[in-house]
Amino acid sequence: MRYYTYFPGCSTEATASPLGLTVPLVAKELDIELIELEDWNCCGSSPYGSVDKLEATCMAARNLALAEKAGFDLVTPCSNCFVILNSANIHLKELPRLREQVNEALAVANLGYKGGVRVRHLAEVLYSDITPETIRAKVKKNLRGLKVAPYYGCQLVRPDGFDDPESPHSLDELVASLGADVVSWPLKARCCGSSLVMSEPDVALELINKLLQNAQENGAQCLVTPCPLCQINLDAFQSMVNSKFKTNYNLPVLFCTQLIGVALGIKPDALGLNRNIVSPRKVLAPYL
Amino acid sequence: MADAMVKAPVEASFIDEVCSVPGGEAIRSCIQCGVCTGSCPTASRWDYPPRQVIAMVRAGLRDELLSSNSMWFCASCYVCTVRCPRDIKPTDIMHVLETIAIKDGLNTKRSRTPTMYKSFVDSAKGNGRVYELGMMLKLFLRTNPFAALKLAPMGLGLLLHRRLPLSPSRIKARGELKAILDKAKALGGAQ
Repeated sequence: MRYYTYFPGCSTEATASPLGLTVPLVAKELDIELIELEDWNCCGSSPYGSVDKLEATCMAARNLALAEKAGFDLVTPCSNCFVILNSANIHLKELPRLREQVNEALAVANLGYKGGVRVRHLAEVLYSDITPETIRAKVKKNLRGLKVAPYYGCQLVRPDGFDDPESPHSLDELVASLGADVVSWPLKARCCGSSLVMSEPDVALELINKLLQNAQENGAQCLVTPCPLCQINLDAFQSMVNSKFKTNYNLPVLFCTQLIGVALGIKPDALGLNRNIVSPRKVLAPYL
Repeated sequence: MADAMVKAPVEASFIDEVCSVPGGEAIRSCIQCGVCTGSCPTASRWDYPPRQVIAMVRAGLRDELLSSNSMWFCASCYVCTVRCPRDIKPTDIMHVLETIAIKDGLNTKRSRTPTMYKSFVDSAKGNGRVYELGMMLKLFLRTNPFAALKLAPMGLGLLLHRRLPLSPSRIKARGELKAILDKAKALGGAQ
């Protein structure tokens, strides 16, 4: 059994609820003990850092301070939470003046951060600690014949990720360990437009269209991603892309833990498959 | 000429201001190669694309830059950051420029992104966690309620698929979090 402090992130309670549902189930099957960080708060996310850097760092630092008390690596399944918590952690270690200010602010809540936490993405834990070999050994339903395009997005691998920042391979190996056919596609680590989909939909829809087109042209039956923002953009906005660009994509976009859950034989009803906007039921039918 | 001389101290302070924030200092070594602009997935929408943004900071074109839409189109994909041959972090520079523009009230009217970010921050601050539905509604009320109509089917889809709860999640220590953030505000800006 491996122990980690778990930081779910706000979206796992809402727009990324299929992720929130499946992380604990997959963790249990893989002998990972995720202990949820007590009363965690929003990491600050990218928007906060664009409004006020010090306040944003304090948002992240409260979580880091709480995690430091717990003593385990801090693991999040959300790519944006990962980038925010990890960058704040690096800045707090490298910039003594910032650390001083943040600790002065944290002190009003009797908290302090010394810099002792390691921030990690769940995908890294699955790849590096658990390893694809171990996962392969636990597969109950081999996904042979299912053509899956691993979509890394940006913030899992950049700027300080654990994989190659432009040609990553970790998700490819995880997907392969489930028996599925890994679709090789050039745009696997390019941008989906992130939250600009709300403020500047034209920009984001164009990027989403390029991604869906590239995945489809390379033979994907579905995509798999660890990132809540990527998932919602490619899944929930797919019909808007279809209307805008006169396309007819019908590509399910699964969270990594949903696909792993299918292969590990977890009951389909528990995997939140009915919460995906583009239903994955048809492509997954042979494996459910 | 006289004007340029009067302006000089202001121009000098803009680059210092950007350089004083974590991640800002490296722009002094920019060689204007344009890798950032060439790598940016949204550069065609920017009033001044990334390479030019850095040139403008160095030239002290403060108001022109801060009232443009440029940095608000940064989606934080970090491709420029991992490719820059001078180890500049353009993504972080854009975030720094955004914070300065917001502080000075210079943000452009031609991008809804600053309003979205502020709606997000209000939500995160108040509840301790982001309430996505509330944030979206606030964004559209503050900008263009009609734009919400286009997104309504998408939102309804999320609602029906149980991905948009009707009430927010809140942390217990909201008072403590507020005290921390108030203290940060009193300390006045990261150094």
